Amino acid sequence: MDLSAINPVLLIASLMVAATPILLAAIGELVVEKAGVLNLGVEGMMIIGAIGGFAITVETGSPWLGFIASAACGAVFSLLFVLLTQVAQANQVASGLALTLFGLGLSALLGQSYVGIKPPQMGKLEIPFLSDLPVIGPILFGHDPILYIGIALTAGVWALLKYSRVGLVLRAVGENHDAAHALGYKVVRIRILAIMFGGACAGLGGAYISLIRVPQWTEGMTAGVGWIALALVVFSSWKPWRALLGAYLFGGITVVQLNLQAAGVAIPVEYLAMSPYVITIIVLVILSADKSSAPAALGRNFHASR
Amino acid sequence: MTVPLLSLQGLTKAYPGVVANDTVTFDIGEGEVHALLGENGAGKSTLVKMIYGLVKPDSGQMLLRGQPYAPPEPRAARGDGIAMVFQHFSLFDALNVSENIALGMENPPPMKDLATRIREVSEAYGLPLDPYRTVGDLSAGERQRVEIIRCLLQDPKLLIMDEPTSVLTPQEVEILFQTLQKLRSEGTSILYISHKLEEIRTLCDHATILRLGKNVGECTPAETSARDMAELMVGSTLHTPERSGREFGAAAMDVSGLSVPSPSAFGTALKNVHLTVRKGEVLGIGGVAGNGQDELLNVLSGETVTEADAVKLNGEAIGQLGPVARRRLGVLAAPEERLGHAAAPDMSLTENAMLTGSVRQNLETNGFLNWGAAKEFAETVIKSFDVRTPGPENAARSLSGGNLQKFVIGREVLQDPDVLVVNQPTWGVDAAAAADIRQSLLDLAAKGAAVICISQDLDELMEISDSFAALNEGRLSAPRPAAGLTVDEIGLMLGGAHGMEVAHD
Repeated sequence: MDLSAINPVLLIASLMVAATPILLAAIGELVVEKAGVLNLGVEGMMIIGAIGGFAITVETGSPWLGFIASAACGAVFSLLFVLLTQVAQANQVASGLALTLFGLGLSALLGQSYVGIKPPQMGKLEIPFLSDLPVIGPILFGHDPILYIGIALTAGVWALLKYSRVGLVLRAVGENHDAAHALGYKVVRIRILAIMFGGACAGLGGAYISLIRVPQWTEGMTAGVGWIALALVVFSSWKPWRALLGAYLFGGITVVQLNLQAAGVAIPVEYLAMSPYVITIIVLVILSADKSSAPAALGRNFHASR
Repeated sequence: MTVPLLSLQGLTKAYPGVVANDTVTFDIGEGEVHALLGENGAGKSTLVKMIYGLVKPDSGQMLLRGQPYAPPEPRAARGDGIAMVFQHFSLFDALNVSENIALGMENPPPMKDLATRIREVSEAYGLPLDPYRTVGDLSAGERQRVEIIRCLLQDPKLLIMDEPTSVLTPQEVEILFQTLQKLRSEGTSILYISHKLEEIRTLCDHATILRLGKNVGECTPAETSARDMAELMVGSTLHTPERSGREFGAAAMDVSGLSVPSPSAFGTALKNVHLTVRKGEVLGIGGVAGNGQDELLNVLSGETVTEADAVKLNGEAIGQLGPVARRRLGVLAAPEERLGHAAAPDMSLTENAMLTGSVRQNLETNGFLNWGAAKEFAETVIKSFDVRTPGPENAARSLSGGNLQKFVIGREVLQDPDVLVVNQPTWGVDAAAAADIRQSLLDLAAKGAAVICISQDLDELMEISDSFAALNEGRLSAPRPAAGLTVDEIGLMLGGAHGMEVAHD
C-alpha cells in the first residue's frame, strides 16, 4: 500500500473531469423537471449524444463539431419523448424508460463501425501564465473548454431560474399548469422547449464521456451515469449549485476510490466501487431535508380541456 | 343613450352533448356592478371564459365600447382592460406574492419596483399584503387579495369576479365590498358572478340570470327579493328545509383534548379540540378553508388514527380504529374533495358504492363481492337523491360536480349511520339540490343519528345546525346554540378578518 502515489493536484483535476458528464445531464434534467416534466430517458439521450458526437468527430475530425452534433442528437432524440408525452399524452415514466431502452439499443446499432477507433482530441485550454501556476494552474486552468461550459451552464440556469422572466414562467408551468394556462401561457410549448434543452444537455454529457473522459466508443458506455444524474436532481432539491456539488462529490469519490484501488488499500474492491453511490446519496439525502421544493406538477400530463 | 362598456350579442357555445351558452345577450354599462346569476351548469363560467379569451364562441359577437371585440387569448383580453379573478385561485403555491403577480402582467416592471407598487396599491384599497411572502402560506382571503391586486395593477376597465366570497369570513366580505365600491366610484365596471343572493342584493346595480345556458331574465337586485331571484334561477319554486323539533339523546360521539400534527406541509395541525355531539343533533362547524377542516374530518372518520381515548363513540374509545372498523360501528364520513377522496374518479358508481358500502350493506361475504347487490345499492342512491346519470355503470369522473356530490352524500346517508361527518356537503351543488341534501341531513338527525356538518357556507350552517362551533387555525371554539347567533358574532368566532382593514377614502 502506497498512498503517497496519489497526487492531490491530479486527483482534483481528474475529479472535475469525472463529474462533468453527470453535471451536464443533471442540469438539463433539472430544467425539464422545473417545467413539471419527469423524463427518465436521460441515460438514453446521453448514449445517443455519445455515439452521435463520437461519429461526427471521427468523420469531420473536429471535436467542436462533434459536441455541437451531440447536443443536436440529444435534442432530436428527446423529440420522441415530446411526441409520446406532450402530443399523445402518454405516461411520462413509461415513456422515459422506453426512451432509455431505445437509446441504448439504437446507439449499439449505430456504433458498430466505430468500436476501437480513437477520436481526435480536443485541446486543453491554455492560458499563458495562469495555466502554468503551481497547484491552481492544473486544477482551475488546465481543462478542456466543455468542462467550463458545464460550470457556466450551471450558473446560467441558476440565474435564469432565479432572476429572469423566462425562468419565472418555467417554474410557474411546473408548479401549476392549469393556472399557467389560465393566465395565457403556452404550457405545452414551454415544456417541449425544456425537454429539448434537457436532451441537448444530456447529449453533451454523453459526448463528454466518449470524446474526453474515456475517449473511445464502447457499447453501453454511459453505464448508469444518466440514472445518477436523475437521482442527483431530486436529492439536490432542484437547486443548480447543489447539483454541481453533488456531481463533484460523486466524481470525487469515484476518482478517489479508483486511486485507492490502485494503491492496494486493504478494503474489498466491491466496497470501494459502491462507495460513490452510497456516500453521494447519503450526503444529498441529508441536504434535501426540505422536501416541499419539488415542482408541484412534476410528472403530471397537461391537457387543455374546457 | 350611452354606449355600454361591453355588449354581448347572441353568444353561443356548444360542447359535445351540451349547449353551454345559447344566444346570450346583455350589456354591461360603464361603472356598473353587473351580477351574473345562475345555478351550476347554467353556463356562467363558459360565458366569462369567452369574455376573457379562454374559449372562443361558436357564434355571436362582443362589442367593447362599440368596437368589435374578439380576444384570441387572455393576453389580448388583458391588453384591452379586461381582468379576471378566478373562482379556484390560479395561484402558484411555491412562488412569492410578487412573482405570482408578475406572471399575470404583460410587461412587469423589475421585481423591486413591482414590490413597491404592490404595497402602494394594496394599501390604497385596504388590502395589505407583503410582496415577499410565499403564497402557499397565505390564508384564502389573502390569496384572493393577491389575485385582486394582480388585476388592479393593470388599471382594468372591467373586472370579472367568479364567486369571490365563497371562501371569505363575513368581515372579509365586507372589506371586499368596500374595495369593489371604491372601484366602481372610480369608474371600473365589475361583472360579479355568485349564487349568494343577499350579496348581490347589497352590491350589484343590475343582474342577468342564466338558466341552462339561456338568458332567462334581468332584474334590479335591490328591488327584487332573494326568493324571486332564486326561483328565476331554478325555474321552479324552492322549498326551504324544515326541521322538526326533536329531543337530543345521549352523547354519541365525543372528542376530547385532541391534538394532531398535519400530515401535509401546507396543512393545519389540530390543537386541543373538544367536541361532543348528541344523538339527534346537528353540529355545524364553520370556518374558512384551510383552518383544519380536512384534518378534523380525517380524525373523525378514522383516516388519521389518534390515541384511543381521544375519540369516543357511545363512551367507547375508538381513536385507534381505522375507517372500516368505524364504519362497522356506524361512523360514516363524506369528505370534501369529491374526485380522489370521496370517490375514485375512474371507477363506476357501482364500484364506488361498493367501496364505502360493503361493510354496512352486506355487499361482501367471506371476501367475495356481491356486485348485484352493489349495483342495486348504487341505483337506490341515484334514485333517491336524483343523481343525473345514465346509470350506475358510468365512471364517477363523468358526473358533474353537483351530481357526484349528491351521489357521495346519498351513499352515506342511505347506509343508516349513527354518526355522519360531512365536509362541505353542498359545495358546487345548485340551490334545489342543496336544499334536498340539507333536508336529508335533517331527516337523518330526526331519526336519531348525530350529524357533524363542516362547512364554509354560513347560511347553510344556520339553516340546519342545532349548535355551532368555529374552527380557526386548528382550534375549535366552544359550541353555542345556533338559534339566535348573529353574523357578527359568528364572524368573531371565526377569528375575525386576518388583519384586513377598511378601504381608505
